[in-house]
Amino acid sequence: MLRIGQDLLDAVVAHARADHPDEACGVIAGAEGSDEPSRFVPMINAARSPTFYEFDSRDLLALYRDMDARGEEPIVIYHSHTATQAYPSRTDVAYASEPQAHYLLVSTRESGREPGPAEIRSYRIVEGAVVEEEVQIVASPGR
Amino acid sequence: MSVEVRIPTILRPYTDGVKIVEAQGDSLAAVITDLDTRYTGIGERLVEEGSLRRFINVYLNDEDVRFLGGIDTPVADGDSVTILPAVAGG
Repeated sequence: MLRIGQDLLDAVVAHARADHPDEACGVIAGAEGSDEPSRFVPMINAARSPTFYEFDSRDLLALYRDMDARGEEPIVIYHSHTATQAYPSRTDVAYASEPQAHYLLVSTRESGREPGPAEIRSYRIVEGAVVEEEVQIVASPGR
Repeated sequence: MSVEVRIPTILRPYTDGVKIVEAQGDSLAAVITDLDTRYTGIGERLVEEGSLRRFINVYLNDEDVRFLGGIDTPVADGDSVTILPAVAGG
């Protein structure tokens, strides 16, 4: 199960809408071993594509160094699908490389850049096996 | 030549969970060969038909080796090699 703050989820959806029709991507980092996503880090999709995403290689190194320095790991790795459902594609499964992370998918196919329904689903992807998990939304701190 | 190699989470099963290991070699290819002699199988996860795998990023100090000499990039004593799988999908 993924427990995630409403504010973080809202930030992911806003990023997905802003980049539609290209795929948006990023991570939500959190303290190593905590399983608590806390720091929203939107990334640039270096592929700038409606069907593919990839973190820029320099940005990737900077991100991992920053997380290392903060004692963090990627708790959530998110990306959007802009024309299909929020289910991992074959390439998503092939390249998934953080077995401890929650892979969060958002589909903007319904409403695109406009406010409206956005399908949000979460998965574990370990050694080629996809397991969907429940998303439990918690109130944002301070609200 | 002794270099420090940072191993990503997904490859740590090969290094008994160790995050930073030492390796010897005067090129990235030699470093990977040396790693594979101690951590059998790790080489295959990094290299395919003599080149680095497309979705594995390897950095020498601060630079992606694709912008240097790829797998033939020379390494010097005290260099740091970082391996990071691409974060990518469709």
